[in-house]
Amino acid sequence: MTDSKYFTTTKKGEIFELKAELNSDKKEKKKEAVKKVIASMTVGKDVSALFPDVVNCMQTDNLELKKLVYLYLMNYAKSQPDMAIMAVNTFVKDCEDPNPLIRALAVRTMGCIRVDKITEYLCEPLRKCLKDEDPYVRKTAAVCVAKLHDINAQLVEDQGFLDTLKDLISDSNPMVVANAVAALSEIAESHPNSNLLDLNPQSINKLLTALNECTEWGQIFILDCLANYTPRDDRESQSICERVTPRLSHANSAVVLSAVKVLMKFMEMLPKDLDYYGTLLKKLAPPLVTLLSAEPELQYVALRNINLIVQKRPEILKHEMKVFFVKYNDPIYVKLEKLDIMIRLASQANIAQVLAELKEYATEVDVDFVRKAVRAIGRCAIKVEQSAERCVSTLLDLIQTKVNYVVQEAIVVIKDIFRKYPNKYESVIATLCENLDSLDEPEARAAMIWIVGEYAERIDNADELLESFLEGFHDESTQVQLQLLTAIVKLFLKKPTETQELVQQVLSLATQDSDNPDLRDRGYIYWRLLSTDPVAAKEVVLAEKPLISEETDLIEPTLLEELICHIGTLASVYHKPPSAFVEGSRGVMHKRLPLGGDIGGSPAMGAGFGAAPAVMPASLNAPVGGGLGDLFDLGGGVGMPMGAYIPPKTVWLPAMKAKGLEISGTFARRAGVIQMELVLTNKAMSVMTDFAIQFNRNSFGLAPAGPLQVLTPLGPNQTIEVSLPLSTVGPVMKMDPLNNLQVAVKNNIDVFYFSCQYPISMLFVEDGKMERQVFLATWKDIPNDNESQFQIQDCHLNSDAASNKLQGSNIFTIAKRTVEGQDMLYMAIKLSNGIWVLAELKMQAGNPNYTVSLGTRRDGEQHY
Amino acid sequence: PQAFQIFILHKVLISRNYMGNMDMNEVDHFMPIMMRMEEDAESLPLVTHGSAHFLWIKHRNLYLVAMTKKNANAALVYSFLYKMVEVFKEYFKELEEESIRDNFVTVYELMDEVMDFGFPQTTDSKILQEYITQQGHKLDVGAPRPPATVTNAVSWRSEGIKYRKNEVFMDVIESVNLLVSATGSVLRSEIVGSIKLKVVLSGMPELRLGLNDKVLFEITGREKCKTVELEDVKFHQCVRLSRFENDRTISFIPPDGESELMSYRLNTTVKPLIWIESVIEKFSHSRVEIKVKARSQFKSRSTANNVAIMVPVPSDADSPKFKTSTGSCKYLPEKSVVQWNIKSFPGGKEYMMRAHFGLPSVESTELEGRRPITVNFEIPYFTVSGIQVRYLKIIEKSGYEALPWVRYITQSGDYQLRTN
Repeated sequence: MTDSKYFTTTKKGEIFELKAELNSDKKEKKKEAVKKVIASMTVGKDVSALFPDVVNCMQTDNLELKKLVYLYLMNYAKSQPDMAIMAVNTFVKDCEDPNPLIRALAVRTMGCIRVDKITEYLCEPLRKCLKDEDPYVRKTAAVCVAKLHDINAQLVEDQGFLDTLKDLISDSNPMVVANAVAALSEIAESHPNSNLLDLNPQSINKLLTALNECTEWGQIFILDCLANYTPRDDRESQSICERVTPRLSHANSAVVLSAVKVLMKFMEMLPKDLDYYGTLLKKLAPPLVTLLSAEPELQYVALRNINLIVQKRPEILKHEMKVFFVKYNDPIYVKLEKLDIMIRLASQANIAQVLAELKEYATEVDVDFVRKAVRAIGRCAIKVEQSAERCVSTLLDLIQTKVNYVVQEAIVVIKDIFRKYPNKYESVIATLCENLDSLDEPEARAAMIWIVGEYAERIDNADELLESFLEGFHDESTQVQLQLLTAIVKLFLKKPTETQELVQQVLSLATQDSDNPDLRDRGYIYWRLLSTDPVAAKEVVLAEKPLISEETDLIEPTLLEELICHIGTLASVYHKPPSAFVEGSRGVMHKRLPLGGDIGGSPAMGAGFGAAPAVMPASLNAPVGGGLGDLFDLGGGVGMPMGAYIPPKTVWLPAMKAKGLEISGTFARRAGVIQMELVLTNKAMSVMTDFAIQFNRNSFGLAPAGPLQVLTPLGPNQTIEVSLPLSTVGPVMKMDPLNNLQVAVKNNIDVFYFSCQYPISMLFVEDGKMERQVFLATWKDIPNDNESQFQIQDCHLNSDAASNKLQGSNIFTIAKRTVEGQDMLYMAIKLSNGIWVLAELKMQAGNPNYTVSLGTRRDGEQHY
Repeated sequence: PQAFQIFILHKVLISRNYMGNMDMNEVDHFMPIMMRMEEDAESLPLVTHGSAHFLWIKHRNLYLVAMTKKNANAALVYSFLYKMVEVFKEYFKELEEESIRDNFVTVYELMDEVMDFGFPQTTDSKILQEYITQQGHKLDVGAPRPPATVTNAVSWRSEGIKYRKNEVFMDVIESVNLLVSATGSVLRSEIVGSIKLKVVLSGMPELRLGLNDKVLFEITGREKCKTVELEDVKFHQCVRLSRFENDRTISFIPPDGESELMSYRLNTTVKPLIWIESVIEKFSHSRVEIKVKARSQFKSRSTANNVAIMVPVPSDADSPKFKTSTGSCKYLPEKSVVQWNIKSFPGGKEYMMRAHFGLPSVESTELEGRRPITVNFEIPYFTVSGIQVRYLKIIEKSGYEALPWVRYITQSGDYQLRTN
């Protein structure tokens, strides 16, 4: 007898009947009833009214029945939270059952019940299960921590489960390790800045060892976790790559793709001249090709990812064009993706074959595919100059087929070919003009109009052709209207005598009869130009156009880098960053590739700091104490507006040391935020792009709070001012001098290092006022060794002015007294890392020299 | 994050919410999206509604749908869905609406076991069968416990397996994928090989497989023998990958029973095994004439069996007439092909087929794609690549002797010749 009978119950009084059966004395009848309940639940009927009766069946010695009751609980506990509490006892008891299957079942199910009251009771059993002797229970408990964290993160932290979970990474059982890694990664996702996974060479080594022993799914968890790690240097990077490469031979495509992700990311750090780099490139191609033999959905994921890989590292698959040839029985989504990759791989070496294929595809029947194939022919022409002529003749052949959408698509791409190779293929214009009437798509009409306007002097009846479009001007789409306006103005400038009437007509259509602001504005601009200065009009309208670039549809480099870090995931399939489609992920750090070790052959930037401090000139040699002197602003008068002291900008990185990039800057504290204010000047001949910045670890944990916002490329002789907000939560390392900051800036050319010093006053926080009593007590507590004195000379401020001025920099006067004609100011400063500095400032009227005594309770800080 | 829910639906048959915090009704948007796509003749394995992403595969008339709101690992999801199909098939023979309904209790149990909180767990059906069975259990009398295998490093083979006679059967199967242009030039030719095992061995045997792998022979300095250059190799998870990476040794503890040990791929320049030349002449409003010549381009001591050559004909063709030099022809109107069957096709032979169809005087307006000719065949006792199993060493601590049996076969894979 099969289970399907449970689905057929009488409609009327069903719940009532079930209730009676659930409370039956006969075990068999009870079990049957629970099955019926689950069957009803499965088909979407609401059986929540039976909650107490089902829960009553929970204490059973029948495993199958127990599982069903648990299933029911997971579904309905949320809607009956008060009654769900009845189940707690059994759960807790089951967590102690001698059979590990039951213990695991209980802890697994409890984690799925999102009722606060139950969650509280989960903690103790979970703690036990995390240390259970049976790995099956431990691996289930590990996942349960992630579940619990999703329900109540605070609870998990308070109970110390995160530490227990971290310990499980060293568990002797590979499946426990894999689940612990998965759970920690999941939790870390919601705490992007926490150091939860604490990836370091030792833990990485453990993971790599577990990689060899766990199931295919566990391997994916571990590889995905590894991909978040940034190796210290190229050597570590290589050794991880070497241990990950064998995964490329795994039968599971998902394992392969996750391994590819790790390799693509870590490869970034390998110097390109390294033999191993070449070996690795060669190893990547065969598994990527094999992915195309997988199930179609996996092929699709693979192709979308290959599309990224080909853009990032075209050399990997450059010889594999043929594997992307389309098969008749490929699903359409696979066909379209293959086509896209074919165009990206097209080169002079393979263009003949590619073209033959594209021509074949262009005569298929699937409209989307055919259109894309025609477009691809156009892109080949633009990409591979030697093939342009052949492409144009192929396109002409296709136009002769008179298949409407083929013709329109062909005209659109021919326009681009004209733009790329001006004055070369105009002989085909006549053929194009023959098809004017059949064009009904805006893009094709606009393209054709552009061609007529652009080559008006060679087309005898250009005026007639354009005039014919003008008749239905208002029915055209904006794209066509704009193009028509421009084309007729061009025509007029080329053949002014016979087209005056026409141009009048279009200008009035555009400016008077249209309510589209763009169209009107363009119309007015042309009109004024033509009426005031026809020569200038010619220079503007008929100006030489820039050539269109070879590669179109390329993904913007920063996005591409981010997507490479997400290989295999939805982001890589959508070609969108996760923040674009995952709710609540805005503000989460975008993943970035490590900065390249191959740029200039230097080790990766992060690691480079340790190795190469010698190259960083200490550009500011003033003693730190001077920072305070500066605060008095010796030169400036009292009349200066109040505000934090900002040192003048100095050159940090001279252009000759940075291949033409000059950086100067300063630091400021504005509205409580520390800003690094940079001026980047391009003194080189070529455009600079892709700017990025990183700091070495430093005394106060300064770190960029966001990416360096240089959005537009920096042209030669251009200067841009950028303000980079800084946070003080970065890694800390004591520097000498203490306020030294080592910075690396990357652009498309190279990575450059410099160091600079920031005024300590920038770290003084706004809540630095101290109670007098506290101040007094603290002042007394300061050991003598922690006190220092120095003199500030030549300062002409009275005590009140000084006090005001200092307050602007978050130095607060707590008390003032006058002793023997000396003003004594007692002041407090709080640093961003929470350390207090107290100061006594002695000023004698008429004496421009002040004495400052500083003290702090903590050792090692007295030299402020 | 792999966080997601799984549905098996036609309309929703059964589902499992692995995250607990998602609205299960979101799936109601899925079928309408599918229907809309079908109307527009579109297809995508990944669709979105609002913030929910649906990753789906289709098995027979059932959709297996995973729903997520996070940036899930898409490759893992598809791979897992296919694995689920495999598990269900092992359990219920076939995955279809009826088998799900008939076994819904077991299906729930399996869904609970193969994934936890969106993380795939144990998906090896042989191991699952050791503790998830289709009979109800009493806890006190021998309720199953999770076999140690579940969490072991060797998670695919249980201990204590016993056979009276120890044997291993190996099938080396090579599929030839071929793509030929309409002008008769070979665009792609690829061999995808697979080594399948049927293991009937007691205990925990250690196996080592020796192939005439070119890279291995180069390492060991034996270059004179005939070798095969494998372009890419994929292994069952039982094979020690790092060992293979190091010294090309294929060593493993095999799963019990049937499994695919490895697959490999190589691009070759070998002559297409069966070569087809065709002339398809279409005289609009009257008739289609088809001439097909098939030639076997392998050695005469081998024979291709069950050769079937499928030649496309217009969908509105009628009154078929055939003439063949050997074999028989059949018109399959539902596929719009004429199928030419040749039971036995020895190497070095050439056969002819002619077909004649009528066409209606009113032409159908629907455009037809130019479908390729496809060919099916199998050639026993033969591998195109020349791959050979040199040895299979079996060592078990009890010291029994076991015999390996090897069988070779070559068959057609995706074998397409484009037509004009």
